[in-house]
Amino acid sequence: MTGHNGAAAAAHAAHGAGGAAGHDDHHELGFLRKYVFSSDHKVIGVQYGLTALLFLFVGFVLIALMRWQLAYPGEPIPVFGRLLEAILGPEVAFKGIMSPDLYNSFGAMHGTIMVFLAVVPLAFGAFGNYVVPLQIGAPDMAFPRLNMASYWCYFLGGVLMFASFFIPGGAAKSGWTSYSPLATIADLAHHVDGQTFWLLGMVVLITSSLLGSVNFIATIIQLRAPGMGWMRMPFFVWAQLVTAFLLLLAFPPLEAAGLMQLMDNIAGTSFFLPSGLVVSGRPLEVSGGGSPLLWQHLFWFLGHPEVYVLILPAMGIVAEIIANNTRKPLFGYRSMVYASMAIGFLSFIVWAHHMYLTGMGTKISTFFQTTTMMISIPSVIILTSLFISLWGGSIRFNTPMLFALSFLPMFGIGGLTGLPLGFNATDIQLHDTYYVIGHFHYVVAPGTIFALLAGVYFWYPKVTGRRMNEFWGRVHWATSLVFMNLVFLPMFVQGLEGMSRRMYDGGATYAAQEGIHGLALAIKLNVGISHAAWLLGLAQIPFVINFFWSIRHGEKVVGDNPWEATTLDWATPTPPPHGNFASPPVVARGPYEYSFAGRKGDFTPQNQPA
Amino acid sequence: MDIPYTVQARPDTGLYNAKVGIWLFLASEVMLFGALFSSYVLLRVGSETWPQGLLNVPLGTINTVVLICSSITVVLAWASLKLKDFGSYKLYQGVTVLLAATFMVIKSFEYRDKLTHYWVRLNDGTEMTGHIEGKPFNWTKATLSKPELGLTEIHFHPDPVPAATGAHADSEAAHGHEGAAAHESLTIPVSEISRLESFGPWRSTYLAIYFTLTGLHALHVVGGALVIGFLWGPGSRMWRSDPERLTNRVEVSGLFWHFVDLVWIFLFPVLYLL
Repeated sequence: MTGHNGAAAAAHAAHGAGGAAGHDDHHELGFLRKYVFSSDHKVIGVQYGLTALLFLFVGFVLIALMRWQLAYPGEPIPVFGRLLEAILGPEVAFKGIMSPDLYNSFGAMHGTIMVFLAVVPLAFGAFGNYVVPLQIGAPDMAFPRLNMASYWCYFLGGVLMFASFFIPGGAAKSGWTSYSPLATIADLAHHVDGQTFWLLGMVVLITSSLLGSVNFIATIIQLRAPGMGWMRMPFFVWAQLVTAFLLLLAFPPLEAAGLMQLMDNIAGTSFFLPSGLVVSGRPLEVSGGGSPLLWQHLFWFLGHPEVYVLILPAMGIVAEIIANNTRKPLFGYRSMVYASMAIGFLSFIVWAHHMYLTGMGTKISTFFQTTTMMISIPSVIILTSLFISLWGGSIRFNTPMLFALSFLPMFGIGGLTGLPLGFNATDIQLHDTYYVIGHFHYVVAPGTIFALLAGVYFWYPKVTGRRMNEFWGRVHWATSLVFMNLVFLPMFVQGLEGMSRRMYDGGATYAAQEGIHGLALAIKLNVGISHAAWLLGLAQIPFVINFFWSIRHGEKVVGDNPWEATTLDWATPTPPPHGNFASPPVVARGPYEYSFAGRKGDFTPQNQPA
Repeated sequence: MDIPYTVQARPDTGLYNAKVGIWLFLASEVMLFGALFSSYVLLRVGSETWPQGLLNVPLGTINTVVLICSSITVVLAWASLKLKDFGSYKLYQGVTVLLAATFMVIKSFEYRDKLTHYWVRLNDGTEMTGHIEGKPFNWTKATLSKPELGLTEIHFHPDPVPAATGAHADSEAAHGHEGAAAHESLTIPVSEISRLESFGPWRSTYLAIYFTLTGLHALHVVGGALVIGFLWGPGSRMWRSDPERLTNRVEVSGLFWHFVDLVWIFLFPVLYLL
């Protein structure tokens, strides 16, 4: 560390105080420093992206296996069942039949992996890292080495989570929410169990997110290029800034909760264990006096802002792509900026709408119901602005735009179906049913993930210098759109029929009970949903092949700005070198000057002098 | 490639990068400790009994003074650099590290006190608190039955029962520090003991939050002392190559140190006095 500082200081001294920026005297880095332990925000962004896509795949495999158990309860999983038995042992997958414990583990880890290891790292770590410094005209992040540490913490967290499948007792099995006391007593046979790994993994992941969010905010405040005023920042940068604040301030309470649950699991404390707890007919020998509700409050204090961590970067990506492909300025750019700030603020005071059924009292429920309805307003402002932005545009229907366009109705369905959950009277009926699963998956899967895929197709030419194949991109889009809806739309029906989201056999035993009516349709839908889910997996094959094939064989882009975009990320060489810009950019205009009357061409880059 | 504003302040924000970074980091830290303090409030409000007088107030007071002094020296160290007085910087920065070490030593004695203080339940249901002769560290029922110790009985010095107020449910008081020897010693056969535990975090919700909060705070003290020690020792060589950057580093680490001090200012009354 000292050696490096010394070198940096010496270089600084040589430059003098006002040394010419952009002047590069870096020596050739070795492979490890350049691609593995790199402090370049673009390499880190790509590392984040590839790791997150890998975890997206892992998360999908878990649910694909669970869907077999839901559609055909108790039947051995074809082919993969034997594999599970060989890898995880016959006690959890005897003859390829998924055991209840394994189902619980997979369910908990599907949620954890998708949220904390796949979607957030992809939206924030990958796109944020790669694009934000480029869009504000910075040579790198403010703290490049912290940035590297952030990625490696994330990697370590991922390894811990993944390793937990293979320890005695298996991975955490108390849901991605890890409610106490269940999380503490789920596996009393093992002192260090999957839950311990989960908690340690979360502590490391929270550290990663802390380093990332400090870095993003400092970069956006300090490293904007000359002329890049606040209202000249692309909406994507604003979305990432608000996201960073959410991560910075909402995650620490979960870290505190994680430390306390870790104490409960390892040191035998009773933070979340009430007095008089009896497990398997025997009183638990703990001091008691803890509060299970406290865990839920601390968890959802993160958990709800986390929803906006998932959605804001996606809205940012969609806004960039829509402005670019409608060849028009965004409608209501300022309103969108203020709306994103309002979302950021309000998201801190809505958390207990996840807890209407805990008996915390009607007054508190009413407060959180009110704030929940309020937060839908800024969300609607952003979505409406994006819809209106389409009005009168001469739209270019390329793959990124198709994904971005389908984000709009998909997120719309996800958002609107959330309203009945936000009212505490209707939530009593819908709580913990498949309706909830349908609701938040519409927000995250065909919502956020479509936006992220749009982003992959959109920025791919900047990262690699080649385009992804357009035809297979469209095939990917069309099939994904169909199967996404076939998976999640029927879940609303199941939920309205009253099917619980926690049932290991898809509700079959429950439906067979006397006096239970109406679940017949829900049970039948299970089979259809599962087939649609597997087909959705197959629909990603064109994407995976296209993604890797195009690195070498894609159509080469002509020039640095293939989409004829205005923002600074397209003003760099392709791919951008270490230090990003050939000469330091100076910003002279707003982010979306498309089709201005009386100008040559239909777009004016932000750095074009006035 | 040079990152702008690593040393000089950006004109429109008036801050250099690291200063923005540390303030953001401290905001996050406020949320971390804030969540733990909120948990303390919620747990205490929801509890039937809350032990008081379990900690040694004089030691806590000394530690408070120690940390406040270190907050002063950390400012003086930074001011010395601003005045280009490297000698005083070394002195004040060194004193800060020594004060941090003093804090940790006192803290570890307090922890030891808790982990050599016991609660025992006998087969007939009698419960007692007190000390085991020889002050063994963190024994449990399992330790007693270890064959290599060859124990058949223990000598137990019970805590004196508070005289006037009688047996309050929350009076698991630790008056055993001074006069344990003055009281009678009970000889208890190991076979009579149904449960034995020290006053660690598992003993009660109060001790759980006490150990968690002070433990997390102690980690911050150690981390801060390591950074301040580095800037006192090998890190201070930067004075010759880039004095302004070293001054900034001392300022930023000082800001963190003030935060650590501030957390203790809240911890002391909340855990020792209230």
